[in-house]
Amino acid sequence: MSDELIWRIAGGSGDGIDSTSQNFAKALMRSGLDVFTHRHYPSRIRGGHTYVEIRAADREVQSRGDGYNFLLSLGDSFARNPQEEAYYGNEEIKPLSENLDELREGGIIVYDEGLISEEDVEAVNLHERAEENDWHVFPVDLRGLAKEHGREVMRNTAGVGVTAALLDMDLEHIEDLMSDAMGGDILEANLEILHEAYEMTKEDHDFEHDLRVPEGSHETEQALLSGSNAIAYGAIDAGCRFIAGYPMTPWTDVFTILSQNFPDMGGVSEQVEDEIAAAALAVGASHAGVKAMSGSSGGGFALMSEPLGLAEMTETPLVLIEAMRAGPSTGMPTKPEQADLEHVLYTSQGDSQRVVFAPGNIEEAYEQTRLAFEIAWDYQIPAIIIYDQKLSGENTNVDVEFFDRDPQPDLGSTLTEEELREAAHDNSGKFKRFNHEDAENGVAQRSIPGQKGGRYLATGNEHSPVGHISEDPDNRVAQMERRLEKLESIRAELDEERDSTQTYYGPDDADYGIITWGSSQGAVSEAIERLNAQGHSVKGISVSDMMPFAEKEVTEFLESVDEAMVVEMNATAQFRGLIQKELGRFGDKMTSLLKFNGNPFEPAEIVEGYEVNLADEDRQPTAQVRIEPAAGD
Amino acid sequence: MSAFNAIGEEREIDRDEYTPGVEPQPTWCPGCGDFGVLKSLKQALPEAGKTPEEVLTVTGIGCSGKLNSYLDTYGFHTIHGRSLPVARAAKLANPELEVIAAGGDGDGYGIGGNHFIHTARENHDITYIVFNNEIFGLTKGQTSPTSPKGHKSKTQPSGSAKTPLRPLSTSLNAGASYIARTAAVNPNQAKEIIKEAIEHDGFAHVDFLTQCPTWNKDARQYVPYVDVQESDDYDFDVNDRAEAAEMMRETEDVLNEGTVLTGRYYVEDDRPSYSQEKHAVGEMPDQPLAERYFDDDAEWERSYDLLERHT
Ligand SMILES: Cc1ncc(C[n+]2csc(CCOP(=O)(O)OP(=O)(O)O)c2C)c(N)n1
Ligand code: SF4
Repeated sequence: MSDELIWRIAGGSGDGIDSTSQNFAKALMRSGLDVFTHRHYPSRIRGGHTYVEIRAADREVQSRGDGYNFLLSLGDSFARNPQEEAYYGNEEIKPLSENLDELREGGIIVYDEGLISEEDVEAVNLHERAEENDWHVFPVDLRGLAKEHGREVMRNTAGVGVTAALLDMDLEHIEDLMSDAMGGDILEANLEILHEAYEMTKEDHDFEHDLRVPEGSHETEQALLSGSNAIAYGAIDAGCRFIAGYPMTPWTDVFTILSQNFPDMGGVSEQVEDEIAAAALAVGASHAGVKAMSGSSGGGFALMSEPLGLAEMTETPLVLIEAMRAGPSTGMPTKPEQADLEHVLYTSQGDSQRVVFAPGNIEEAYEQTRLAFEIAWDYQIPAIIIYDQKLSGENTNVDVEFFDRDPQPDLGSTLTEEELREAAHDNSGKFKRFNHEDAENGVAQRSIPGQKGGRYLATGNEHSPVGHISEDPDNRVAQMERRLEKLESIRAELDEERDSTQTYYGPDDADYGIITWGSSQGAVSEAIERLNAQGHSVKGISVSDMMPFAEKEVTEFLESVDEAMVVEMNATAQFRGLIQKELGRFGDKMTSLLKFNGNPFEPAEIVEGYEVNLADEDRQPTAQVRIEPAAGD
Repeated sequence: MSAFNAIGEEREIDRDEYTPGVEPQPTWCPGCGDFGVLKSLKQALPEAGKTPEEVLTVTGIGCSGKLNSYLDTYGFHTIHGRSLPVARAAKLANPELEVIAAGGDGDGYGIGGNHFIHTARENHDITYIVFNNEIFGLTKGQTSPTSPKGHKSKTQPSGSAKTPLRPLSTSLNAGASYIARTAAVNPNQAKEIIKEAIEHDGFAHVDFLTQCPTWNKDARQYVPYVDVQESDDYDFDVNDRAEAAEMMRETEDVLNEGTVLTGRYYVEDDRPSYSQEKHAVGEMPDQPLAERYFDDDAEWERSYDLLERHT
């Protein structure tokens, strides 16, 4: 019995690879395994080579691992001219050729004989390579099989049938999921294809490989969720009912999920003319008394800088989502990077303050989105969730019970009409909305337009307690100090009243530390496990509180180790810079391990980075990963 | 829930309620046309039966943007060019609010031009007053999108090479359902038009000619104006799109020659507002969204019901 299965399905984008893999991943989860999915796709609409990887094991899996052990290579229908049924371009063998490098020794290859010819197979030296690597190759006419019982696109199903047979899986979960997803003739045809492929494979092949699906054992019900799902559901449970946006990958996922669900829950979603408008709409809706959010990715978020500042100055609560992708400018639209940290922390004019959380896994994405809403509405400050294309698209299973909590429609520091009657007003009857005199934690209570006795002016200019534009120096200082107090109060609340939003790995007394943030967390945690298994003494912290910064936790962590490596997906060590800026020391303790080629870290790269760093070798780990030495080196 | 239900309440509303107490006093220059807008709003709002607390005025940045500093309603003085997106979201969040957006020609037709076109296209039920003084006032007299061709300013010292924007025609083409032009120098007409605009269900765009004696001494707004509804020379049907379009063209042409035509140009009463359209397709709740937060009996759906799709 193998300890894990990493199944890769490869083919043309637009060929239904996503939905097929989603179902297969769920089937594995239902059989009791922990799963993790990784999606690779190019920035084009149809065609182009794509794959999805599913890692399944009887233990927590938080990264895609290194390499994989089962390839289902479908053949790219969009590389073909549909009229003549002839291939054009040179993409037809990519589902084979592009995937072989990462296939582990002893791995299995199933390829579609109906679309990938013997010539193609020879062109990539498959047989020789298979011999060298001890791969088991199973050519099957998936396309023919699909056509015979239904339609050509159903060759995915045939592929799943073959997979199940080769791995000795039960078809039960797969069948269930199919009947959930479709019905009628389509379901019939798919089931037929599934069974036919299964039986045929069982009859025709002797299985000389020992790869099997591990046995899993969940005790409670699991849900398979992406980071985008988790953020969207976190927002719903936080009471968010207004979203405005403009599509941009990968933010579009959150935008779409909420747009599809809001009509049923009385929420409003608006797709608008640009990102300035999107964030300004969220400000307007929040001002009018609705928990609202907007978001974008790098370039679109740049446009939101203005309304973000407006929200800060007018103390309008707001949640913004920043789903990073590789930049600068339009960068690599479908590739992850963690390089917008400084952009998100410091964009917008003035002594600008906001709350920034960087969740590192699916649970954190849900929890921190909820937390962001709560803090934004309690403290009347914008809160930003920063994550990336990797976390956005990957799916992992989460215990359903984890989500079981109440919706939170509370508008935080907002007064009722009864309370407004008691509140301070000026002599013309205006509510002292920005009253710095009895503010607590920097928060002055607010009213909502329409409420009696709550009239005030909100303005992006500096203003007096009732909201009149004011350049009075004393007022300026008082207002500024009150607003600045918020971040300190939030820091105190996070430290004293709440569970830490930071996540720790490895033994407490380890003497080497790895620090990371956001979606690199999964690969780091696995690398730490491996290093400790090899006898090293390594621990890790994955930091989520970017602003206000997790000062106490990171200080304690850095003080407790001799040396540390900061792992992040960007070229300029932005997070390490933040630590140094916030803590003002530790510059000589921290080395950076950086990756910015468009692909996320894999655990082995972090292990290697550690080894190179520890051995103090004068070389870079691999061509794709960089070490930036500690200050003073 | 009573917080938002003040609309329709029976009581006399005094115009003074819209005027703040001692401060702040307007900082506009003597003779500025902006006083005219303020005055007509203070007259029109009570006549339209609105209490200060059910009105939200959203302004941009510019001399014009200060409007709600001197008008005692709920107000949101936003940023340059962005009053419309803020205003329309407030209206979607709480349709019971009377939402009035206002700003300058630079603010609304320049930097905010994109929002103007899309707000008109969607026909949001808000009133939009553009203080059109054909100049940037607050930043001291630069050429604006409505300044005439050849207009000289510090930033276009040889005279603007650009043809001015046609706000009325642009608005009509974009989809506004009420379009009028009025002028600060004609207070009675201005008040009536603003009142109509407030009462109109849909995007009501009022191009309000406001003189800027400080920076735009040549502005045509000083010359006598003609009310196209009062004059026998102009006979067109305000409900007819083609006739309205022609009248707007003429109005915009002759303005450059020094003839100021004002009045209602287009009124489309039967076009549903954006929130009605959105409601019809099932994307807008029956009750004002903002009310749910104050309603202890409101049912809040939970995300974990959605989780079933993922198990
Ligand atoms: C993003 C941005 N750009 C520029 C400015 C500077 N600015 C303030 S008001 C204004 C123009 C004002 O002209 P207009 O909108 O016609 O209004 P008026 O002052 O004439 O009423 C400009 C350019 C700003 N505040 N924000
Ligand atoms: S500069 Fe012009 S627009 Fe501004 S207040 Fe003075 S007169 Fe009015």
